[in-house]
Amino acid sequence: MAVKGAIVVDTDKCKGCGVCAANCPTQTIALSKQVNGKGYNFAYMENPDNCTGCTNCATVCPDAVITVYRVKI
Amino acid sequence: MDVNDIIRPENMVYAKTPILTDTVMHYCPGCPHGTVHKVIAEVIEEMGIQDKTIGISPVGCAVLAYNYIDIDWEQAAHGRAPALATATKRLNPDKYVFTYQGDGDLASIGTAEVMHACNRGENIVVIFINNAIYGMTGGQMAPTTLLGQKTATTPYGRDAKLNGYPLKITELIAQLEGTCYVTRQSAHNPAAVRKLKKAVRKAFENSMMDKGTSFVEVVSTCNSGWKLSPVQANKWMEENMFPFYQLGDLKDR
Ligand SMILES: Cc1ncc(C[n+]2csc(CCOP(=O)(O)OP(=O)(O)O)c2C)c(N)n1
Ligand code: SF4
Ligand code: SF4
Ligand code: SF4
Ligand SMILES: [Mg+2]
Repeated sequence: MAVKGAIVVDTDKCKGCGVCAANCPTQTIALSKQVNGKGYNFAYMENPDNCTGCTNCATVCPDAVITVYRVKI
Repeated sequence: MDVNDIIRPENMVYAKTPILTDTVMHYCPGCPHGTVHKVIAEVIEEMGIQDKTIGISPVGCAVLAYNYIDIDWEQAAHGRAPALATATKRLNPDKYVFTYQGDGDLASIGTAEVMHACNRGENIVVIFINNAIYGMTGGQMAPTTLLGQKTATTPYGRDAKLNGYPLKITELIAQLEGTCYVTRQSAHNPAAVRKLKKAVRKAFENSMMDKGTSFVEVVSTCNSGWKLSPVQANKWMEENMFPFYQLGDLKDR
């Protein structure tokens, strides 16, 4: 059964640590060129088609700013 | 499928636990203190014990932990969290009582307190964040600093002749009759975080079973103190910390 996922990053609170991207098995996440109000390059879905909703990124995010969604297709 | 069709409440599979407050944590980007707070908060949520849990925060970067996990807290003098936890648990045996301590706090100034609390077999949980450095005060050597590791006070690397040997305090704790569960975990990747969560849950459950003290070390990074990026720090930890501070259960009874 195939699944598709998506994440929502609370970009105001993201600290751009990159731990989520390093632990994403599908290379969905990158750090943006833009910065948030604190000057951090926040995480975003650079390749949204890749995401499987596995929750790995949210599990390792030290600031708990990732919400994960998943659907069966 | 459009992303907006996936991002709907009914499809949500992971979100921040409400036991964590909305306050932005003061920790440096990528600091595992945040990850471990989240794990503790998720265990408290899953066990439904928010109104029955009392944390004792340390002196160290985690001194402000009480701003982030929405439970009752005390804040101890440096290293004295196990003494406060002892009194708190003895007076409130129906509460889940845990200390949260760094390696400077627990393995240096507070060695006596943690040793004796564990030796008395207090029915508390000790969460021990070992990042091999004094993070809060600017990255000085800790008892746990590895041989050869550079810190603000060992700029040429820790030298056994001058600075003594790194202290495996968890191995000492495991030998004490009063401890029932002693484990060494990490929080650097998803599998490690999930294992840590199981360990924290077991420790909390033990504290209600009159079995003695449960001690959970989390081998951690301090990327600011180590002067590495968060991702590089995790790699350095895997390569240098894990061979010396080996992960796994030291005691489980
Ligand atoms: C009695 C006393 N001595 C020294 C200090 C200074 N001090 C504050 S935090 C700290 C060490 C913290 O290191 P650790 O427990 O490893 O916590 P981390 O910040 O690394 O998480 C020290 C020595 C203090 N606050 N009180
Ligand atoms: S792990 Fe969290 S804080 Fe770090 S970059 Fe990713 S979303 Fe941001
Ligand atoms: S849910 Fe999994 S696949 Fe999707 S971004 Fe996070 S780690 Fe990558
Ligand atoms: S100084 Fe080290 S332990 Fe303290 S918040 Fe920063 S990374 Fe974490
Ligand atoms: Mg420390």
